Amino acid sequence: MSEQKKNNYPKPKLVPVPSTNIIPERDVDKRPILECRHLGIDFGGLTAVDDFNMAIGRTEIAGLIGPNGAGKTTVFNLLTKVYQPTRGTVMIDGRDTAGKNTIQVNHMGVARTFQNIRLFGNLTVEENVKVGLHERMKYSAVSGILRLPSYWKKEKEAHEKALELLSIFDMQDMAGYQAGSLPYGAQRRLEIVRALATKPSLLLLDEPAAGMNPSETAELMNNIRKIRDTFQIAIMLIEHDMNLVMGVCEGICVLNFGRIIAKGTPDDIQANPAVIEAYLGKRKEA
Amino acid sequence: MKKKLNKNSLNGFINYGIILVVYLVLQFLIGGGMVSNSLQSLLVPACCYVVMAMSLNLTVGILGELSLGHAGFMSLGAFSGIVTSILLQSVLPAVPLRLAVSMAAGALAGGLGGVIVGVPVLRLRGDYLAIVTLAFGQIIKNIIMVLYVGVDGTGLHVALNSDRFILAEDGTTIIKGPMGAVGVTKLASFTAGFVLILITLLVVQNLVNSRAGRAIMALRDNRIAAESVGINVTKYKLMAFVISAALAGAAGALFGLNYSSTVASKFDFNTSILVLVFVVLGGLGSIRGSMIAAALLYVLPELLRSFDIAEYRMLIYAIILILVMLATNNPTLKNFFGSVFKKKKKPASRTSK
Amino acid sequence: MSFLNNVITGISLGSIYAIIALGYTMVYGIAKMLNFAHGDVIMVGAYMVFFAAGRFGLPSVVGVLLAVVVCTVLGVVIERLAYKPLRQAPSLAVLITAIGVSYFLQNGAQILWGAATKRFTPVVEGTLELVPGQLGISYVAILSVVCCIAVMAALTLFTTRTRMGKAMRACSEDKAAAQLMGINVDATISSTFAIGSALAAVAGVLMCSAYPVLSPTTGSMPGIRAFTAAVFGGIGSIPGALLGGILLGIIETFAKAYISTDLSDAVVFAVLIVVLLVKPTGLMGRYVPEKV
Repeated sequence: MSEQKKNNYPKPKLVPVPSTNIIPERDVDKRPILECRHLGIDFGGLTAVDDFNMAIGRTEIAGLIGPNGAGKTTVFNLLTKVYQPTRGTVMIDGRDTAGKNTIQVNHMGVARTFQNIRLFGNLTVEENVKVGLHERMKYSAVSGILRLPSYWKKEKEAHEKALELLSIFDMQDMAGYQAGSLPYGAQRRLEIVRALATKPSLLLLDEPAAGMNPSETAELMNNIRKIRDTFQIAIMLIEHDMNLVMGVCEGICVLNFGRIIAKGTPDDIQANPAVIEAYLGKRKEA
Repeated sequence: MKKKLNKNSLNGFINYGIILVVYLVLQFLIGGGMVSNSLQSLLVPACCYVVMAMSLNLTVGILGELSLGHAGFMSLGAFSGIVTSILLQSVLPAVPLRLAVSMAAGALAGGLGGVIVGVPVLRLRGDYLAIVTLAFGQIIKNIIMVLYVGVDGTGLHVALNSDRFILAEDGTTIIKGPMGAVGVTKLASFTAGFVLILITLLVVQNLVNSRAGRAIMALRDNRIAAESVGINVTKYKLMAFVISAALAGAAGALFGLNYSSTVASKFDFNTSILVLVFVVLGGLGSIRGSMIAAALLYVLPELLRSFDIAEYRMLIYAIILILVMLATNNPTLKNFFGSVFKKKKKPASRTSK
Repeated sequence: MSFLNNVITGISLGSIYAIIALGYTMVYGIAKMLNFAHGDVIMVGAYMVFFAAGRFGLPSVVGVLLAVVVCTVLGVVIERLAYKPLRQAPSLAVLITAIGVSYFLQNGAQILWGAATKRFTPVVEGTLELVPGQLGISYVAILSVVCCIAVMAALTLFTTRTRMGKAMRACSEDKAAAQLMGINVDATISSTFAIGSALAAVAGVLMCSAYPVLSPTTGSMPGIRAFTAAVFGGIGSIPGALLGGILLGIIETFAKAYISTDLSDAVVFAVLIVVLLVKPTGLMGRYVPEKV
């Protein structure tokens, strides 16, 4: 199956586009789904992220890596407006997100998962996905209370859609379980399904493989590609597992001390001396 | 793994069933003259407290925000319900209809109060929201204590001072400052209380199992995640809060119309706390728990009044309250009781909830 | 002149609120719980002085000392029996337990000492006349302000200079980390309750000296007011409790004098709501952002 995917998307070739960005060749003529220009944030006197420039193609799988504390999750929080940036702009599908909040950014097409899992623990798996479907399956609270026809119709649709989405990870049998009682790996997968339910055009995954064993990670890699192919969306992920990052990402961006130190294909990154230095430290001169 | 079966609708029907059976049994007993007058007089207030507990559970259990001023909404409902009923005395002679309209007015007043408190304060979190709801309850009580309302040929008169309260000769005073509402025609009945409980159950239960209810519970479980999937936090917080306040207002109207006079201090901080105790003991988020806890805990202490231990009634109540909280929340005690009950129940069938 | 009189009354009332609020704020800061029984400890302290000085004719100082000792022990016992077993429980369970303790104290007092209101003999009497017939400060008011300042100074020194005080601050920041550093968290929480309850005893004596009526529910309204003061100033903050208490006392006195006696409660709580809307963590509270 993965062979077939590789046919769809030949070995990535990143090409430079205006400004300092690079995106896959096939997405070049289209508007990038995400474009950050000179993005930065200060906490008090501390500059956590500075001069962050990046563009992601419409169907690109991009990686954001860097040592602990480099500011990766902060970048996600800036993109989803959990923090308001101090400087710079974030464009989603060509639209500026200045002044928008987390909710509005989600409606513009950005969905995410969290490093420390944030599920609705007391709700069932299916209900978690239905919360993700909230904006797509609309009926008023009054029809809900009075059980008007629109309630039955939309609830049925939501139920079917939720099961369909869960089936991506073969989780449809778990629909009735309480989300908080799921094993760790399933909770991570459910978070991805919930994010997908909002029908994003850009999916942000914060350490999706954390706590997974090698076989689960391998499965996750396939699933990330499968999601991109099925939904034709862009995915950006933060991950420490280099096998996953190098195996699945087309473009990689390396962050250290809040600044981008390298951008390129997995091969470029692996050979980049600045990256090696950031991860392993500077070689002592004898 | 704990499996939550898709039993929502079944659970709902059981709740309706419980209420219906209790109502029919009580009606049968009353018809047979087997219910004492003192117990009969408790039925309507008990219904009101059941509704109060179910509605507060919507705020505390379902939305997950602590409110210490629920009685304030009850108070708003009670006095606006009383005013409405007196204003409509000549227009709507049919008692059930007048009661229904008065309760609707009470719900409206409660809901309006909910909006006024909710819009500015729902961005506060946790204990700060609790203190503001407490403050709000005090303000309502305080204002009604100095409120004078009356009606005469020229219309409705409202004043915050007895000196400025001028009424024509033929006028009726409805709310008389610290004396509260006086000369109220008692319209409330057990059947009305039963219907109000059914409506409350319908609203709360159906809300919880719908799109809006899921959004509210998602906020409770994880606000940041709810925002990340595009749930409008303010809208759904406000929705839960206002519905809860409106139901409390309706309960207040029924409560107010059950007595010939009502004072504002009846709906003070202690009443809010009483209802909160019902909710917590019944189980946060459990509608049925709130129902049963409110009914039992309201009626039992009142019945104890007639015994010799009347003096120790509240002391015993306090001790039981503390012990129940310790037994249900301390891990060691919980395990201890758990094992005791398991051993005892072994010969019997499975432990039911 | 009446303006100055009101300022004086406000500050002395505020000082009493501040002393009670300090107890609330310290307990909240360290145990993260709203101790609704705190107001009733005040009542117990006042009864102690009432019986010691009024019934048995002991000197007021002995009465006050007795009240402090009894309340301290009471506070620690309550903490050990009712709150300690709930250290890991949800905060609502602890809140309800505190309410249960409050009911228990009120009704216990009613059974032991009767529901009837008692006339409290002030520990100090008389007024210092500044402008005879127009402006005066009662000795109770002076005592309240002096006590409040002394308590504040002592607490500030205690929390910044002593081992136990530093342990308290560490526990209020992060209990788990404090425990890993070898701090006995249980003992620290107990001593916080002890200090808070001792302050409640002092406040009870001052309050009943200023407003000499005593009944089993005497403590509940000042308790709520002081809690409001603590939130007003930023709950968890010691200088906040002082500021909140004094401001609340002044606002209450002025509302009574210039707006309406009956509406003073409404005014006080309305001001609280406005303050929280402008500054959601109170005047001196810290905002701790949620980490994502």
